[in-house]
Amino acid sequence: MNNLIGKNLTAGYGGVDIIKDINLQVNEGEIVVIVGPNGAGKSTAMKALLGMLSLTSGSVEYSNEEISSMLPQNRINLGLAFVPQTNNVFTGMTVEENLEMGGFLREDDIIHTINDIYELFPILKEKRNQSAGELSGGQRQQVAFGRALMTKPKILMLDEPTAGVSPIVMDELFSRIIEVRKTGVGILMVEQNAKQALGIADRGYVLVNGKNSREGSGEELLNNPEVRKSFLGG
Amino acid sequence: MIDFLNSIIVLLNFIIIPGISYGSQLALGALGVTFVYAILRFANFAHGEIMSFGAMITILFTWFFQSQNIDLGILPTALLALPIGIIATIILCIISDKFVFQYYRYQKSVPVVLAMVSIGVMFVINAIIRIIIGTETIKFSDGQKFIMKAKQFKGMTGLNEGLALKSSQVITILITIALLTFTFWFLQKTKTGKSMRAFSDNEDLALLSGINPDRVVFITWVIVGVLACVAGTLYGLDKSYKPLIYLNLVLPIFASAIVGGIGNPFGAVVGGYIIAFSEIMITYAYKKFFIYLLPTSLEPSGLVQLLSTDYKFAVSFSILVIVLLIRPSGIFRGRVL
Amino acid sequence: MISLFILVGFVQGWSVSLVILNMCIVSAIMTMGVNISWGYAGVINFGVMGFLAMGGLAAVLVSYPPITEAWKAGGTGIGISFVLLIILITAVVYINKIVKKKTNRYIINALIIFFGTLIIRHFYLNATASIEDVNPAIEGFLGGLGLPIIFSWIVGGFFAAGVAFVIGKVALGLRSDYLAIVTLGISEIVVSVLKHEEWLSRGVKNVIGLKRPVPYEINLQNTDWFINLITYLNTSKLNDIIDVSQRQKVLNKLIIDGSSIFVKLSYAFLFLIVMFIIFYFANKAQLSPWGRMMRAIRDNEIAANAMGKDVVKQHLIIFVIGAAIVGVAGAMLVTLDGLFTPSSYRPLRFTFIIWIMVIVGGSGNNLGAIYGGFVIWFAWIEAAPITTFIINQLTAGLDPTNTLRLHLLDSVPYFRYLLMGLILLLILRYRPKGIIPEKIRHS
Repeated sequence: MNNLIGKNLTAGYGGVDIIKDINLQVNEGEIVVIVGPNGAGKSTAMKALLGMLSLTSGSVEYSNEEISSMLPQNRINLGLAFVPQTNNVFTGMTVEENLEMGGFLREDDIIHTINDIYELFPILKEKRNQSAGELSGGQRQQVAFGRALMTKPKILMLDEPTAGVSPIVMDELFSRIIEVRKTGVGILMVEQNAKQALGIADRGYVLVNGKNSREGSGEELLNNPEVRKSFLGG
Repeated sequence: MIDFLNSIIVLLNFIIIPGISYGSQLALGALGVTFVYAILRFANFAHGEIMSFGAMITILFTWFFQSQNIDLGILPTALLALPIGIIATIILCIISDKFVFQYYRYQKSVPVVLAMVSIGVMFVINAIIRIIIGTETIKFSDGQKFIMKAKQFKGMTGLNEGLALKSSQVITILITIALLTFTFWFLQKTKTGKSMRAFSDNEDLALLSGINPDRVVFITWVIVGVLACVAGTLYGLDKSYKPLIYLNLVLPIFASAIVGGIGNPFGAVVGGYIIAFSEIMITYAYKKFFIYLLPTSLEPSGLVQLLSTDYKFAVSFSILVIVLLIRPSGIFRGRVL
Repeated sequence: MISLFILVGFVQGWSVSLVILNMCIVSAIMTMGVNISWGYAGVINFGVMGFLAMGGLAAVLVSYPPITEAWKAGGTGIGISFVLLIILITAVVYINKIVKKKTNRYIINALIIFFGTLIIRHFYLNATASIEDVNPAIEGFLGGLGLPIIFSWIVGGFFAAGVAFVIGKVALGLRSDYLAIVTLGISEIVVSVLKHEEWLSRGVKNVIGLKRPVPYEINLQNTDWFINLITYLNTSKLNDIIDVSQRQKVLNKLIIDGSSIFVKLSYAFLFLIVMFIIFYFANKAQLSPWGRMMRAIRDNEIAANAMGKDVVKQHLIIFVIGAAIVGVAGAMLVTLDGLFTPSSYRPLRFTFIIWIMVIVGGSGNNLGAIYGGFVIWFAWIEAAPITTFIINQLTAGLDPTNTLRLHLLDSVPYFRYLLMGLILLLILRYRPKGIIPEKIRHS
């Protein structure tokens, strides 16, 4: 089974450590959500897993292989994928070109994967020749999603996929995420909309001040009174 | 009717044909500047000198071929030397990237610093050109000079006005069409071309998709080398090679790229023609044209010239300033390759 | 640096050394001008050449005696076109105010400008033609005011400031690389106007024989106090010569040499005064709250904007001040040469070299600017003799008629460009803050 494990991660920008001694794990076929207040280091933790910033200490393992010093591009080749929070599509390129770029590293025929993605997100097929910059926020998120799925990743990381979209679109996106999980992909996401996200999550982590504060199944966390009080609005 | 035809021929001969060929040269130059801007994200002041360097190498090999009595018949020998010039220009671009620009790219320096650096490169290439070939004007076009001489045309049609067609103009136009078609096909249809557009569009996301930045930059310099060498050589073929004129050419080239929308290749090409035509149209004396069209009583007494030819360069800049004031992103929204 | 000048003095003669020194001082002033806008506030100014040329024009217009005949021939015409031009501009500004719809505004403005220009051209072309016909071999332009040329140093500053104000109004607020290209382009336009508007500046025919602010050699040589001074300075040397006619000969030669050095020293004296005045105020301004605000704007434009500073206005102010200093230097340059040659203003020499001075010296530091001006100008001049020396050394083994050697020796003047490029690249790579970096004061 493929899994991604971050052990005792300490990392930050410009010498200041933002996350301290964090442990995270995602397994194939499960949805894991990281929640926590602003500035808790949620996105930083995810970037550390992907190798977008260097670790002060700790290690990252993928399927029992140490990958801490690997470049992000190579991790993508291994089966990780990442959807950034903003600027996550090529605005000047068409939807289809965006997907093609997602499959840039693949040597085999990518047309089947593109068709799979069109099946998952039918709206994209309709807009395949439109430039991604002209799409609505929710549609853009779908393009970003699709682009990341083009490498047929085993683990997909989403940085606040529902930031700035309407509640209806949010529900739609979450149902897509559940569908992607069905294909066996492990999903790690950072979410502001903690309540809804924990609702679909298999497991969740709560980060506070750059440290692990709590972990458990989605339901457990949802029902935990302290968690509810702190960031689920009672 | 005849007068009308004559007036059309005047326009064709003095404005349209020179405009298209000068515009093509500017378009190729501006396309090179735009590529650097879109991928490497700085204004490359050395571009004119890169063009001059390419033309110089082509000339040196043209001389070599001429001394060996190798020629292309009616075509200028320079066309035979052009591929060698292109290779040399590409090597120059790659070397300057490896030894100079790469460092600042890795440092993620701001664009202004890179522009300053390109000025240093400009000085060095400028010096190399001066040291190798001097500063004198060089004519290196050989083969058949005209496809059609003004006299021939007059004989053929019986019109008063002649239409001259220089072979350098036709070659310029044909090569430009071929090169532009290839470039746009490359950008739109090939995987590598698309990856360059993606890199220009969103560098971080391109990295996340596994696009290798060093490879994109390498290919960019190859394309820039080809475009610069061809543009420089064509300009030299058409108007004779002056090693130092290219420094002045940088300004209309920048103007073309910005007017069209910097970073937008299509815009750069259109910008090139806009600048070329306005330079020629605004400084052309229309007296002859009006003499044919208007009845004798209305014939203009002056030259009917909007601006003296002394201000040719000023025209391109005034257009640039106007465009920046009205629509700062250029005619075709810039900054996406 | 001083020892370098002394070295040149001994090797190539004091006269050469002083010529270099004078140009170094002028370059240092130009560099301070650029440094004020770039180093203090991060406003790029690639229009150095244009502002220098405006300063040069000021020198001509202030010092050249007025040519009454030309004024009679075309003065009225020029006056009328000038008045019409002002009316035209007012009309455009007025239209911009009252017409709200964008497309209408553009169309009306285009029409007004088109027809307005046609009318103005009618007066203007006639006037300029008649002005240029007045004694074209030596005059053919309106001449100037006939005042002492030293006033032009101030006027040059104002001229450049005026042009800078217009450019700034149009172009400031653009991104800095656009601004670089636009200022470079506009400076080309300024120079091409000076090159081709003969009624104003004699254009490519140049203006020669501008009056100096310092004595002429030939007058000095016939002035008693100067002869006495030279005799006094060389008493021991002269006393060694017993033969009277021989002594007179030596004395004459000393006086001729001395007069040339004296003239150059007087220039150096005047220039140094200007340099120190500008340096003093530039430093004072940098340390003032205003300078601090400029640095704040430079380092974080968005934050400064948020704090309620009018960034564009401050940029305009500093751009104009910097250009004015460059203009002063431009007037000094023409004063030093005694002639105005519009076609000699080329961007490589007058814009990019100055920028190399700024970067090498250390942007944001006035002392660095002066230093950069001195070092680079010195290198620019001394590059040729040094290159000749090096080439001779390197090719010593080759036959004196070897083509490569001859070609290299022919190309000696071009090696200075190579040197400049390499200096710039090396500094940007290894000393990106320049030789004398800006001192960051936390106050």
